Amino acid sequence: MRNPHRTQKIAFFLLLLATLLIVVPVGLIVVIIIQKGLPGISWQFLSDIPRQGMRAGGIFPAIVGTVYLVTGAIVFALPIGLLAAIYLSEYSKDNFLTRLIKLAIVNLAGVPSVVYGLFGLALFVVFFKLGASILAGSLTLGIMILPIIITSSREALESVPYTFREVSLSLGASKWQTIRHIVLPNAIPGVLTGTILGLGRAAGETAPILFTVAAFYLPFLPKSVFDQAMALPYHLYVISTQVPNVDEKIRYGTAFVLLALVLFMNLVAIIIRYQFRKKKKW
Amino acid sequence: MPKIQTNGLGLWYGGFHALKNVNAGFEANKITAIIGPSGCGKSTLLRVFNRMNDLIEGVRIEGDVLIDGSNIFDMRTDLVTLREKVGMVFQRPNPFPLSIYENIVFGVRVHNGRVKRDKLDEAVEQSLKSVLLWDELKDRLDKPALRLSLEQKQRLCIARLIAVRPDVLLMDEPCSTLDPQATARIEELMRELKASYTIIIVTHNMQQAARVSDDTGFMLLGELIEFGRTEAIFTAPRDKRTEDYITGRYG
Repeated sequence: MRNPHRTQKIAFFLLLLATLLIVVPVGLIVVIIIQKGLPGISWQFLSDIPRQGMRAGGIFPAIVGTVYLVTGAIVFALPIGLLAAIYLSEYSKDNFLTRLIKLAIVNLAGVPSVVYGLFGLALFVVFFKLGASILAGSLTLGIMILPIIITSSREALESVPYTFREVSLSLGASKWQTIRHIVLPNAIPGVLTGTILGLGRAAGETAPILFTVAAFYLPFLPKSVFDQAMALPYHLYVISTQVPNVDEKIRYGTAFVLLALVLFMNLVAIIIRYQFRKKKKW
Repeated sequence: MPKIQTNGLGLWYGGFHALKNVNAGFEANKITAIIGPSGCGKSTLLRVFNRMNDLIEGVRIEGDVLIDGSNIFDMRTDLVTLREKVGMVFQRPNPFPLSIYENIVFGVRVHNGRVKRDKLDEAVEQSLKSVLLWDELKDRLDKPALRLSLEQKQRLCIARLIAVRPDVLLMDEPCSTLDPQATARIEELMRELKASYTIIIVTHNMQQAARVSDDTGFMLLGELIEFGRTEAIFTAPRDKRTEDYITGRYG
C-alpha cells in the first residue's frame, strides 16, 4: 500500500502546478503590456487621429471603430442567439432537425475566424452590396459570436430548475408566460456570461473584419453604419507588420487600450450579472 | 354530484400501465386522501386532474374525468382555465426566487393581465390571511420568499395558489418535508380551507390520511383498490390488500 498522505500531497501539488501554469502566462501578458504600453498612454494618444503615417498621433478612430463593431455585433447576435436558445431549450423536441441545428451550432463555433471574414465578404459586402462597412463587419462578427451566445444561453435556460416551470404552468400560466416571467429572468446571469465571452471575442478578432470593414488608415470618424472604420486589432496588426519604424510605445499602447477596452466591457457585464445574481438565489 | 368524477380512467406512460380503470367521485368541500405505496400511481392520478401529465411525452389516457360535469380531456377544455380552477401544491415547497409579494401576485397577473396595485395588495392580504401568514409576514412582503422557513414556504405556495381563486386544491404530499409540528399546523389549515375548496391530498402517511380526510382511496399498482369514507377504510376495510396496507404489511 502506498502512503495515502503522500499521494494526496503529490496530487495537490500537481493540481496547483497546473493552475499556476494557467495563471502565469496571463499574468505575464498583462504585466508586459502594461509595462510597455502604459508609457505610451496619454490623453492625446486616446483622443487624436493617427499622424505621420501612423507613427505619431493617437488611435481615437480605431477605438471608436471597435466600440461600434462590438456594439453592432452584440445587437445582432444577442437577440437572435437568445431566441434560438429559447427555441432549442424550451420548444424543440429531440428529433433529426434539432440534432442538425445543434450540430450546426457546434460546427459554427469551430470555424476559423478568417473563414468568417471571407464569408462576410461574399455575403454582406458583395452579395448584399453593403460594401466594406461597419454594418457588414458587425454582421460578420455577430455570426461569429452566435454559437457562443446560443450555447451559453441554452445552458443558462436549462439550468433553471424544472420545478419553477412546473409550478408556473400549474398556476395556469401559458408556456410563453412561464418562459418570459420565470425562466428568462433566472437565466439572465448565464446569458450575460455568454455575451461577455462573445464581446471579448468580437473586440479582439482581426480576420473577420479584415475584408468586411477595417480601414488601413482613416483619419476621421465614420459617419454612418455604411462607412468603413478603423478597428483596434487590425490597427495593431498594421502598425506592427505593415508600417516600418513605429515606436514600440505606440504598438504596446494600442495593445494596452484594446485589452483595457475589453476588460472594461467585461466589467460592465459582470456588474450587471452580479446585480441579477444578488436578486435571484435558489 | 361529486365535484370530480373519474370514469374508467386509464393512463399509460409509453408501455407502462400506470392507472387502471379508476372510478371515483371526489366531493366538494371535503378532503379526499389517496394513499398507497410508492409507485402505485397516486401522484399520477392527482396530476391527471390539472393535466400536468400533458408535459410528459408518450402519455396516453383513456376514460373520462368530469369536473363540474364537463370532461377535462374535451378538445374545448382550455388548459389555462382548467389550471386556474384546479391548482396544485407540490411535495417540496417551491416558491419562485422572487419576493413574497411577487410570488403571490404571479398567478393573479397571469390570469388578469395588468392589475391595479390596490387589487394586488388586496389579493396578497387575503391569501396570506387564509394561510395564516399575514401577521407574520405583512411587514416584509418585499423580502425574498426563499429566506422563509420550510413551513412558511409551503404556506406561501398555498397562498400563491389561493390567490388564483381555484375550486380544487391538489396536494401532492404537501407535508413530506415538514417536521411534525409544522405538519400538524398545515393539516389544521387544510381543515379550515375545506369549507371553500375541494381538497385532494396524496400522502404516504396513513396517520395523516386518517387525521385530515373525509374520504380515502387506497391505490396499489395503478388500481384504485378501495374508496370510501375514511373511517370505514381504516376501521373496516373490505379488501384484504387495503387491510394489509393499513396494518403495515406493505412498505
